[in-house]
Amino acid sequence: MSSIGTGYDLSVTTFSPDGRVFQIEYAAKAVDNSGTVVGIKCKDGIVIGVEKLIASKMMLPGSNRRIHSVHRHSGMGVAGLAADGRQIVARAKSEAHNYESTYGEPIPIKELADRVASYVHLCTLYWWLRPFGSGVILGGYDRDGPQLYMVEPSGVSYRYFGAAIGKGRQAAKTEIEKLKLSELTCRQGVIEVAKIIYGVHDEAKDKTFELEMSWVCDESNRLHQKVPEALLEEAKAAARAALEEMDAD
Amino acid sequence: MDRDATSDVNAPHSMGTTIIGVTYNGGVILGADSRTSTGLYVANRASDKITQLTDNVYICRSGSAADSQIVSDYVRYFLHQHTIQLGQPATVKVAANLVRLLAYNNKNSLQTGIIVGGWDKYEGGKIYGIPLGGTIVEQPFAIGGSGSSYLYGFFDQAWKDGMTREEAEQLVVKAVSLAIARDGASGGVVRTVTINSEGVTRNFYPGDTLPLWHDEVEAHGSLLDILNASNPEPMST
Repeated sequence: MSSIGTGYDLSVTTFSPDGRVFQIEYAAKAVDNSGTVVGIKCKDGIVIGVEKLIASKMMLPGSNRRIHSVHRHSGMGVAGLAADGRQIVARAKSEAHNYESTYGEPIPIKELADRVASYVHLCTLYWWLRPFGSGVILGGYDRDGPQLYMVEPSGVSYRYFGAAIGKGRQAAKTEIEKLKLSELTCRQGVIEVAKIIYGVHDEAKDKTFELEMSWVCDESNRLHQKVPEALLEEAKAAARAALEEMDAD
Repeated sequence: MDRDATSDVNAPHSMGTTIIGVTYNGGVILGADSRTSTGLYVANRASDKITQLTDNVYICRSGSAADSQIVSDYVRYFLHQHTIQLGQPATVKVAANLVRLLAYNNKNSLQTGIIVGGWDKYEGGKIYGIPLGGTIVEQPFAIGGSGSSYLYGFFDQAWKDGMTREEAEQLVVKAVSLAIARDGASGGVVRTVTINSEGVTRNFYPGDTLPLWHDEVEAHGSLLDILNASNPEPMST
């Protein structure tokens, strides 16, 4: 729903006559134009995957990580402006640490999501700040089980079974909806996420990409970590095979 | 002479105290005596040393009455806010940690030993001991206060894991009454609070219902009761 907000879009503290804050909508555009980030909640944990578009062949594979651990039990996949995303992650880490220092238990994921969302929202309230140009998909595993949240630049945060942001989000969401998440284990989920990301990557429009994936599940002892090498390769192979099958039709 | 700590009624109120917290199969039982003394004077012989923090977490207070009350007021306030933020009851662990932070960070000003006990849906019944200095120890049972010195050996022998509620209650009442018998700073009645998945129950054991131990003499009512009896012989018992 694009429209020009001429005159009402100069400041994040200005509403348009139809009640929109254009600066926030523009911030969301930065997220929409970035590489796809997908997150799903399986029956035993969370899987997060990122389509990391590679700007230059000179970059070392594995650098410029888009998925970060927030705490032992949680992690975030970031889309949009990378530097903005780094700040959000830093804040999340700080909140998680402070909570545990005060209350003596790991921060519940719901509480973490609330705090991150409040912080992102905060930066949309003052004219001397600009909104964050990045959205995050936050996944974690606490005593209430695995949970998945998404925080948008507006500061809005919802809990999801499956979520996607970035360029290929529409297609990714369609694919996620086809999955029976409540029956999938994370092992299977990793394969599915890889297939989705390879599937939504636009060979024509975009440069090459690197697939980055993480999980937090029973198999990882409820710790947030990179998906193990072997499984990652298996997932990539399955994804490439699925693509060829589609092309062959 | 008349103004020393033993007889000055304006001296700080201290709860000499015996406090106990035990876990049983399904929850926890907190127990305490009821004596608050200022020096040798018993300022309150029926005090309630078991204080509520939330619906599911209570604490036993010992040491300085003022210090323990202020700590419990602060923690109740913080827990209330925490409950609103979280949208569900606080856990016993969180309550104990908040007590510990206050006790540790103000260790130079405070003189209070606290036992935190309660029930939550994640861990069930839990007891945390927070003695002077602010360490926090999760224990199957905890004892505190001046009267507890006389109970270490007793618990070593009498404690068992996985007791029923009745067994645990009897153990607590027996232990407090043993301590009252030997510790001058503990006395009065025995109060217990039981916390489990179903809720909270308070019990009260008046001093004359407690068992008598070695050398203790039966309590008498008024001497006038002897006159009404058939054989009004003074000092006959």
